[in-house]
Amino acid sequence: MYLYDDLDRTLVTERVAEFRDQVARRLSGELTEDEFKPLRLMNGVYLQLHAYMLRTSIPYGTLSSAQLRMLAHVARRHDRRYGHFTTRQNIQYHWIKLEELPDAMADLASVGMHGMQTSGNCVRNLTTDQWAGVAPDEIEDPRIWAEIVRQHVTLHPEFSFLPRKFKIAVGASSHDRAALRIHDLGLRLHRNGAGQTGFEVMVGGGLGRTPYLAKTIKPFLHKRDVLSYVEAILRTYNAFGRRDNIYKARIKILVHELGAEAFAKEVETEWQSIKDGALALDPAVFAEISGRFRYPAYARLNDNPKELTQARRAEARFDAWMGNSVANHQVPGYSIVTLSLKPEGGTPGDATAEQMDAIADLADRYSFGEIRDGHEQNLCLPHVAQRDLPELWRALDAIGVATPNVGLVSDIISCPNLDYCSLANTRSIPIAQEITRRFHDRDLARELGRLHINISGCINACGHHHVGHIGILGVEKNGEEFYQITLGGKADEDAKLGTLIGPAVPYAQVADVVEDIAAAYVELRERPDELFIDTVKRTGVEPFKERVYATR
Amino acid sequence: MTSPLEQKIKITGPVVVTANRVGDGAVVYRRADGGWTTDLHDAVVTANATIARELVFAALADGLRAVDPYIAPVTLTRDGEVRPGNLRELIRRHGPTIDLPVTFGI
Repeated sequence: MYLYDDLDRTLVTERVAEFRDQVARRLSGELTEDEFKPLRLMNGVYLQLHAYMLRTSIPYGTLSSAQLRMLAHVARRHDRRYGHFTTRQNIQYHWIKLEELPDAMADLASVGMHGMQTSGNCVRNLTTDQWAGVAPDEIEDPRIWAEIVRQHVTLHPEFSFLPRKFKIAVGASSHDRAALRIHDLGLRLHRNGAGQTGFEVMVGGGLGRTPYLAKTIKPFLHKRDVLSYVEAILRTYNAFGRRDNIYKARIKILVHELGAEAFAKEVETEWQSIKDGALALDPAVFAEISGRFRYPAYARLNDNPKELTQARRAEARFDAWMGNSVANHQVPGYSIVTLSLKPEGGTPGDATAEQMDAIADLADRYSFGEIRDGHEQNLCLPHVAQRDLPELWRALDAIGVATPNVGLVSDIISCPNLDYCSLANTRSIPIAQEITRRFHDRDLARELGRLHINISGCINACGHHHVGHIGILGVEKNGEEFYQITLGGKADEDAKLGTLIGPAVPYAQVADVVEDIAAAYVELRERPDELFIDTVKRTGVEPFKERVYATR
Repeated sequence: MTSPLEQKIKITGPVVVTANRVGDGAVVYRRADGGWTTDLHDAVVTANATIARELVFAALADGLRAVDPYIAPVTLTRDGEVRPGNLRELIRRHGPTIDLPVTFGI
């Protein structure tokens, strides 16, 4: 956990007071909506189809049990007893009243949480690997660097009115769980040939109507230079990014139109003028910030204790859950546990207040009071002793978050869709729900293996459909919902955009199409352990396309 | 985005003027007396572009009570019942087409 200091607390508390005054002036008529809208957006308050929506950031996906309890409290007191975990390590409340927003924000501020920079054309919530600090393949904790950058860009006056929003992700593992290549800026910690640790800097990724994968503009950046280089990128974007057309304003368009090399050259020129100035990272600052991260006092334990192996033999459901929800940890005798927020027929990413409270209690009992939130819309308990796994599983199962589908066909990413979102023009959640029903047979799902389905209800791609193994994009045609299908996308270290397989299919046929694709995969794969994504890579989309459109 | 004041209003069937209520964001419809209602059946329904334009202009001037008014299509049944004219408006009128998590068997 990161321990906030007085400066953080003051900043958040003052913002609540400012917003309370702004809301009062809006309700009294002193502020028009045109005047109020930019103020509410600066605090993550949107107006959606039926109500205001509050987006609250979960910086680098780390939550304390006290914070999760407060999220539950806000859901219960100010919303409809649930929250929606998004694809960017935020939680959204979809039914909140403007009159109650200041009180909800005060409640959140009491545990150091807020909605600042979760909207608007600024640097958004920094995200990381949800397994940061515990993943065995990580070279150091990326959250420290996310926090260093977060502190620098928070309320930074030069970067509060960028051409468009700017999303940064930081990773430090060989396997990319933070989707670095689809961010405006991806920072990947790695070791160079000399054994030094630094950042690979990737710029210009993003999905939406013009998807691009980020391009590496600096293969190795010394850690000391991270702030000055990020500053140089943002200044270059601020100077050259388009402001005349919202659809061409993201940095991905600038990098594409200028070319990655030319963009890198502009950044380099800017960077040379500031790199040895005040932004060169002072080791004392690094020590101060890294020192505020607290790590658990782990016990000395061995892997695979007998309680665990016995339970796996005795209980098939537990064994199945172990197989895809529990991952190796850096520390012997401990595991990382993923809590599925994808029950059969449920809404991906939703958790009730009661579930959040129960998870907070379980985090206190089994995970040193810490919870993580990942971009795939599941939660994690990052520090669970393996001997406790059987007991924890029973508790998680009782509250509906132990569906053994993590990484499988029903672990679907979905945007909030037309049921909530004012931008969406089709529904994605009911499609996801129907697919989970079609694949409710656990044996079939395991037979299919790792298979990521991502669904977006509009071209803005909040459901990351371009990088789903199977991507589904809703498009409206003459008042009817249709869905384009892409195959072969992925968001990891080998990121790739999916390929469209053909004409859009109607709402009622989408789940049938997914079943056809799954059946085609089983026939096409060379071995039972050839993953879906590898089969698509080997065969291309043609055989899947033939199967899907043969009868349509 | 072009302001509604500058947009040419073209309608092809019955419409209402709708917005979100300032205090809680609830979906509201413009009434004949210049007030707002959450009940679609109490809304002014018109198929006349001039009247629709006047309604939305008046609503835009009423920024204290409602946010972002616009013209939305409706359909009329044989017995005169007013229904939302598309899926988006149906969802705004009746809520999400999915069960909320609280009712989802937890």
